[in-house]
Amino acid sequence: MQNGKAKIETKNLDFYYGATHALKNLNLICPEKKVTAIIGPSGCGKSTFIRTLNRMNDVIPGTRVSGEIILDGENIVSPGIDVVELRRRVGMVFQKPNPFPKSIFNNIAYGLRINGLRDHHIITQTVEQSLKHAALWDEVKDRLDENAFALSGGQQQRLCIARALAVEPEVILFDEPCSAIDPIATAKIEDLIHKLKQEYTVVIVTHNMQQAARVSDMTAFLMLGELIEFDNTEKIFTNPSNKLTEDYITGRFG
Amino acid sequence: MKKKIFQLIGFFILRACLYIVLAILLLFLYDVIHKGAGAISWEFLTKAPRRGMTQGGIFPAIFGTFLVTLITALCAVPLGMFTAIYLNEYATQNRLTRLIRLSIRNLSGVPSIVYGLFGVILFVNLLKFGTSILSAGLTLGLLTLPWTITASEEALKTVPNSYREGALALGATKWQSIRTNVLPYAVPGMLTGTVLGLARAAGETAPIMFTGAAFYLPMLPRSLKDQFMALPYHLYIMATQHHEITAVRPLAYGTALVLICLVLGMNMAAVVIRYRLRKKRRS
Amino acid sequence: MKRRGGMKRQFDEELSLLKQTLLEMATLVEESIALSVRALKERNEGFVRQVLEREETVNHLDTKIEQMALKMLALKQPMAGDLRLIVSAMKMGGELERMGDQAVNISERTLHLLKVPLLKPLIDIPRMASLAQDMVRDSLKAFINLDSGLARNVCERDQEVDNLNDQVFRELLTYTIQDPATIPRAIELILIGRHLERIADHATNISEDVIYLVEGKTIKHRCKQVS
Repeated sequence: MQNGKAKIETKNLDFYYGATHALKNLNLICPEKKVTAIIGPSGCGKSTFIRTLNRMNDVIPGTRVSGEIILDGENIVSPGIDVVELRRRVGMVFQKPNPFPKSIFNNIAYGLRINGLRDHHIITQTVEQSLKHAALWDEVKDRLDENAFALSGGQQQRLCIARALAVEPEVILFDEPCSAIDPIATAKIEDLIHKLKQEYTVVIVTHNMQQAARVSDMTAFLMLGELIEFDNTEKIFTNPSNKLTEDYITGRFG
Repeated sequence: MKKKIFQLIGFFILRACLYIVLAILLLFLYDVIHKGAGAISWEFLTKAPRRGMTQGGIFPAIFGTFLVTLITALCAVPLGMFTAIYLNEYATQNRLTRLIRLSIRNLSGVPSIVYGLFGVILFVNLLKFGTSILSAGLTLGLLTLPWTITASEEALKTVPNSYREGALALGATKWQSIRTNVLPYAVPGMLTGTVLGLARAAGETAPIMFTGAAFYLPMLPRSLKDQFMALPYHLYIMATQHHEITAVRPLAYGTALVLICLVLGMNMAAVVIRYRLRKKRRS
Repeated sequence: MKRRGGMKRQFDEELSLLKQTLLEMATLVEESIALSVRALKERNEGFVRQVLEREETVNHLDTKIEQMALKMLALKQPMAGDLRLIVSAMKMGGELERMGDQAVNISERTLHLLKVPLLKPLIDIPRMASLAQDMVRDSLKAFINLDSGLARNVCERDQEVDNLNDQVFRELLTYTIQDPATIPRAIELILIGRHLERIADHATNISEDVIYLVEGKTIKHRCKQVS
């Protein structure tokens, strides 16, 4: 079942929103340079889970984590971790495209500037590279100074991807990246994810099973905060071991 | 058919109320302009009063009002904005913070005369600033503070959370995300609220009466410790306590007109600032 | 397929229809095989005609199953058990269609044989037929009941049919060596044996498809090694 080295591994991960036990004893491995998909019915904890991987849940008051999340051998839940640096290494693309109300150029340069980069030449180069990486360069190269809101939904999302890529992460988390986007733009983003996995480890949360089937190498099925099954995508979608998985995948509930 | 009649009656009543309010406003403006416009002249605006205020101008009062408003701004704006930033972005939202917010809102309802007395106790006597621009400015600052804090908090709340999260997800510290991704978009709202609060402070009489305003001073104030003349107080004395009330009535109206123009001007400025900044953000 | 827990889907009706069509085809084919064997045993031309008449319906059903399956694959994106069912149904339709062809072949040879006197009393061939028919019936039963144990059992019996076929061949060979005049009849009988052996193979293939459907395991061509 293991496809190569584990980039992120969770051990006995529990998560609480106040008194609510949202994630229960999750043991999951996200292999390096592969796409791991997290699927499950609404409210199963998919988004909660992926937000623990870059500790975005820290901004929500009253939350508590127990267990371990190991990134390259280091437990990122321990108190001594530099969360700011973690979030640079583990980037995130959100469900609703959230470009900043700045120009296209400045959106991408933002991440570079807050991390201390000042050299305009390097910034310009990195912006170009990131946009190329995100398959957006050709569409915006002549209007980098335009406000990001002028772009279409799919383009905005690719801009957010480029923005995340600019700070050179190792892992990219996608939280239902295509749910607010039209199908053609979705297809472009799925193609992009396919290319991205050559260099980055990708974890994607999706409520669209066909998308998980198209895009991922490994799939984890979560229900009510528990990990029901985790295996190669091919196995999960042709012959899952757990009846709950089969029922969910064939649309009998959820 | 019955429905339509009721609707028409309803609209009529609403429109009538609007017209009544407008009528009062216009009547009031007309009165002031009509009776005060005659007094306005270059001399009125730029010269000091003469002959026991029956002639000359009100320049020192204008100057004094500007000065004290400046002090107010210097006091209220940074304090107010940073308090709002702390309350909205950093403080854990619990019963204590809710209590604090409630108290701040209540402070804006405290009568201005109470602020005046408080200013006398704290600034004039305890801190020994004496009756001065400083004391008056600080007192007015306290008056404006709840206004500024509330307006700033509202402005911060309108900034979508996705801006903050988007910045954090790129590896920004909390302060970085606030400084670069929240403040620039909240500042128009903050400024507008602040300027509106200052406009109100500029027109207040009670807080400055005991803390530094004077009716007649031979010279312009030269330091913060000096007393000063102010438009609202000037108007108050001229309209009620002057020994030649009827003679100075036109001058009083003139002063009122200047004060109204000042306050309206500041309100307009607030609107323009907000419009300009919003346009800049969007482009 | 038993309906598992959860709500009934519109898709379940389509899957049901697919299964029904498949079983309809299977019944026809089973009957064709039985008729062709009886035609041979009882030397009855009437049965031969019936087999030939059914052929068109059998082919038509195969096409229908294929179309239904393709439509569901394209439009519904089936996964897991549903996907395996549709794929297995398509394959089984093909196997049944070829079984039908073999029954037709048997019938046509029988027609030739009816014109000439009997070469020898038929013993082994009817036994082969009986075994093959049992295998066909059991493989379909395994499909209906999702019984992979029974399916494996069918696979095991294939060897016996193969052995009988060899026996038939050797016996008829001796006849032809002794008396060359018997060659035409012997050849027809040998070929009929071959057709029956093929029918048993197809029943084995159906059983392998059932095992894939039930367990998700492909044991193609390795049926004899029971995993």
